[in-house]
Amino acid sequence: MSVGKPLPHDSGPLHVTGAAYYIDDVPVPANCLHLAFGTSHVARGIITAMDLSDVRQSPGVVAVLTAADLPHVNDISTAAHDEPLLAEGEVRYHMQPIFLVVATSHRAARVAAARGKVEIEEKTPILTIDEALAAKSYFEGGPITWSRGDVAAAMPEAARVIEGEIEIGGQEHFYLEGQISLATPQDNGDMVLLTSTQHPTEIQHKVAEALALPFHAIRVETRRMGGGFGGKESQGNALAIACAIAAAATGRPCKMRYDRDDDMAITGKRHDFRIAYKAGVTPEGKLVAVEFDQFVRCGWSADLSLPVADRAMLHADNAYFVPHIRITSHRLKTNTASATAFRGFGGPQGIMGIERVMDHIGHTLGRDPLEIRQINFYNKRRVQETPYGQPVRGFILPDMVKALAKTADYAGRKAAIAEWNAGNDVVKKGIALTPVKFGISFTLTHLNQAGALVNVYADGSVTINHGGTEMGQGLFQKVAQVAATGFGIGMDRVRITATDTGKVPNTSATAASSGSDLNGMAVANAVDEIRRRMARLVGPMADVRPKAVEFARGKVIAGDKVWRFAEVARMCHENRVSLSSTGFYATPEISWDRTIGKGHPFYYFAHGAAITEVAVDRLTGENRILRVDILHDVGKSLNPAIDVGQIEGGYVQGAGWLTTEELVWDHKGVLRTHAPSTYKIPACSDRPEVFNVALWDGENHVPSIYRSKAVGEPPLMLGISAFLALSDAIGAFGPTENGAYPDLDAPATPERVFHAAQRMLT
Amino acid sequence: MDIAFLLNGETVSLTGVDPTTTVLDWLREGRGLTGTKEGCNEGDCGACTVMVTDDTGTRALNGCILFLPQINGKTLTTVEGLASPTGDMHPVQTAMVEHHGSQCGFCTPGFVVSLAAGQIAGETNHDRQLAGNLCRCTGYAPIIRAAENAARRPVPKWLRELPPGPATGPMPNDFQPSTVAALAELRMTYPQATIVAGATDVGLWVNKQHRDIAPVIFVSQIEELRRIEMAPYMIRVGAAASVEALRLAIAPLHPSFAAMLDRFASAQVRAAATVGGNIANGSPIGDTPPALIALGATLQLRRGDDMREMPLEDFFLEYGKQDLAEGEFVEAVVIPRDSGPNRFRVYKLSKRFDQDISAVLGAFNVGVENGRVTSARIAFGGMAGVPKRAEAVEAALMSKPWTMETVREAKWAFAADFKPMSDMRASATYRLETAANLLERYFLDLEGQLTSVREVRA
Repeated sequence: MSVGKPLPHDSGPLHVTGAAYYIDDVPVPANCLHLAFGTSHVARGIITAMDLSDVRQSPGVVAVLTAADLPHVNDISTAAHDEPLLAEGEVRYHMQPIFLVVATSHRAARVAAARGKVEIEEKTPILTIDEALAAKSYFEGGPITWSRGDVAAAMPEAARVIEGEIEIGGQEHFYLEGQISLATPQDNGDMVLLTSTQHPTEIQHKVAEALALPFHAIRVETRRMGGGFGGKESQGNALAIACAIAAAATGRPCKMRYDRDDDMAITGKRHDFRIAYKAGVTPEGKLVAVEFDQFVRCGWSADLSLPVADRAMLHADNAYFVPHIRITSHRLKTNTASATAFRGFGGPQGIMGIERVMDHIGHTLGRDPLEIRQINFYNKRRVQETPYGQPVRGFILPDMVKALAKTADYAGRKAAIAEWNAGNDVVKKGIALTPVKFGISFTLTHLNQAGALVNVYADGSVTINHGGTEMGQGLFQKVAQVAATGFGIGMDRVRITATDTGKVPNTSATAASSGSDLNGMAVANAVDEIRRRMARLVGPMADVRPKAVEFARGKVIAGDKVWRFAEVARMCHENRVSLSSTGFYATPEISWDRTIGKGHPFYYFAHGAAITEVAVDRLTGENRILRVDILHDVGKSLNPAIDVGQIEGGYVQGAGWLTTEELVWDHKGVLRTHAPSTYKIPACSDRPEVFNVALWDGENHVPSIYRSKAVGEPPLMLGISAFLALSDAIGAFGPTENGAYPDLDAPATPERVFHAAQRMLT
Repeated sequence: MDIAFLLNGETVSLTGVDPTTTVLDWLREGRGLTGTKEGCNEGDCGACTVMVTDDTGTRALNGCILFLPQINGKTLTTVEGLASPTGDMHPVQTAMVEHHGSQCGFCTPGFVVSLAAGQIAGETNHDRQLAGNLCRCTGYAPIIRAAENAARRPVPKWLRELPPGPATGPMPNDFQPSTVAALAELRMTYPQATIVAGATDVGLWVNKQHRDIAPVIFVSQIEELRRIEMAPYMIRVGAAASVEALRLAIAPLHPSFAAMLDRFASAQVRAAATVGGNIANGSPIGDTPPALIALGATLQLRRGDDMREMPLEDFFLEYGKQDLAEGEFVEAVVIPRDSGPNRFRVYKLSKRFDQDISAVLGAFNVGVENGRVTSARIAFGGMAGVPKRAEAVEAALMSKPWTMETVREAKWAFAADFKPMSDMRASATYRLETAANLLERYFLDLEGQLTSVREVRA
């Protein structure tokens, strides 16, 4: 049985030989056209005049479109209808697309796009959280508050009250393959698109809307993405729609990809947050009451900001029981690129808030922050509820943290670090252990469904198709393992096929870590249906009940009769038994009312814990991750190699978010870090030199596909341990008793680390 | 221009190529070899990595900032050319699959080519070889496991003796002179021409700014301009010597200089970028000028048959303006051999340790006799519009006892030397304070104290 085996990525041999096709590699007809946007040079203003004659005369230009030239709806938004494809009248962020160039080559389109003369009457942009608060520039009319208990009454009862504030920067996805779409017009006016997207169905719907066609006229296919991380959940809409409109207008295939600088400036990023907190604790450091104000910079349009901000609120507790809590979320509208989904989807920022509180309490009380965390964990036996009213069941973090602290010798190393710090003046070390409890399910309940199509051919070979998309996370391989195991056949008999809205309709985005949970179940259900049909045919031939027919090792076994799987497939075909089935799955038990912030939004929680050790230099703020130990809960793994890959990659991406990855906007709202020369994701030597990753030996306590758990997002939050280890090392520059708290902001660039260390020294 | 090269074993001859067509675009759009990817189109991500072999050896280069004429007469191997003629995968490819080194797979061809090139060149430091290959999925750990596994296997026989180019050699071109004298003459005829050496900077003008840089004079094929002469009293580095060649040559004399050059961009960029280019473009954040200035280097310029020399620091007049006459070019930089033995240090501060542009780069060369400072050459990058000496700091040190007290006093002088700016890399405050702190680091470093997080282990 292939489920549970550490098989390599299905496309591994294609990746390493360069044979794997990404959309830009697919051969296109010679008459294919290429697109580029002309964009706004200011962050906010009114378009007063547009002279595009130089653009039209630029070599290779076939057409130039403005908002007025669009045939139907001018919108690329996920739901709110507040994002025009091309700006009309008003521009609301720097680099907002204003016109569309259609040309004979990618370069010709880009060169031409730079020649547009757009006059814009500048208005003062709202760029920062403070500016947005001053202007009361809110989505949803104002802040949203969810609470439990009575914070006002409880706070005065606390022995100590700790207050603080942390700035948490955003994050650029930096998928290696930029956004790209290719639209090919069909003979009847239909449109077929190849798109690098996590959400082919949304592309289908938005293109249909833009062309005023029914959904069935649009087919969207996605074989693989060169990385997504949430950045291709909604951000591909603009390119796909632009291609479809241009293809419909010219009758020629149209391809569009952003140059990297454009990609980084035009598309949304992880939301940057400011979190203000006030926590009342007992003398031992047990939480009595906590208040959070989460200030969320959403950018110029709604995009996915509201569910992102919701998830931040839903993770404000992380792994800790807070008897009285108030969480207020300020969703601020600014003249910056519209922040979007990014691995964790608000969860990381929410968890940063409470982990910062834990660290601050430990520092203030002179206690190891790990002890503070442990005494505040949800109870693993007596079920407690989250602030939003969901019982925390299957809570294994106390055991995991204990096990990790033991295997990684947390206590011994903590003592060794203290000793080391006493003997070193310039470079200090720090260590932190942080846990993560991450809710699995889309909070918009109806998205928790998936469809699949499984075909068995008469020779016994199998194709599987489902709504999930492959962005490198190994989803296709995991689901193929599910199918192969279900039929009892080898992996070589199962062919994975591109995600295609024409095969499985009405799908959800591959997001919220849900890919294997939902699509694995849908495929398993389709496989079960075909197995039932096969068993009904062959069972009677051996005088056994269909349910007693077994599928294993490439054989179908009924009583004393044994056939090869391929033989049974042929027999089914000859006996006119259908070998094709759809499968469907809807996550049970979940419900959620976001208007009051109560319900059971998550099917289950995934857990993990990490210990990071770092070194910090006070003279320059240079710092380095020295060692990382991780214990992570993936339930019963579908594929341990793929899961470990997600954990290692997630940790490094999370640590990058909180250390070197700094987005810098200037006072005009221009993103200054719009290329890898200025925006620094972790490089090879930034990975921890000692990097121990282990999987928790357990299984999901609720029925999931082979009792596995989702793994896409949760490990990203393990990177928080790197940030708090830096804070710990910085603290070592201060006095050992009653020292000020380091108050480090994220990302902890050398500069921020330097200034924080300086504050400790003075 | 007309060019000929070997592509994955096959001779390719092209006539009338636009000199600024990149190897990446030609491979993908002209040849249908789409294994080599475009990730950033500016030489920072490595997805476009290709392998180039000539009579100086084999190296990985970024195909996105490599113009076709630069491979005239050479051998180009792409990811499609790494497998054996009978289709056996390269050991690096096998190891990458077995060790789960690919997830989304888009960066993977670049990693594979970098590792294969590194293996041929005998590079055993994977961090150094891969600093220019970004991966967003794996966190690098499985890639390093694959690299370590592949390093235990020999270079496959089909790549062991790659020919250095087509049998016919390079196609002759007017704008690819083969001697310095011919270059000098050509430069006089076309004083407005763009000189292209490694194209690691000029490539961005073309890709990002769509600048028309014609006519283009290529210089890296000029052997005498690439030469590094190690004479008894000086080291003469030809302007077209690559940064990688300088790194290797300078390592025995000034390990600190070589260690800084380890962090100069990436293996791909160092192999293409030249010392002359790093000086001639006048960038205030080029990493070699401050180090060379602190070592007392002299610049040699040439215009036609005329040559002149100047202390390197005098070449940089103001931001964007160098002391370079029409028709003149940088021919070499000369480093005195006796400068700063054991006392020369250079420190680079950036957001990311590897492959980042300096926020601050400080080079120190302070001579001490009988406990007193007898000479001081200190130069910085990132602190002014040009690479600049810290003259007030030097004066504050001269003749003083070489003690921490003197160093702390001299830190005040930094504000007299520098008024740095704030930008996306660092604030003015950070630059000024850490620049001064680097003097303290220099003192402690010479004392043998631990000052670098890179020397710390868990």
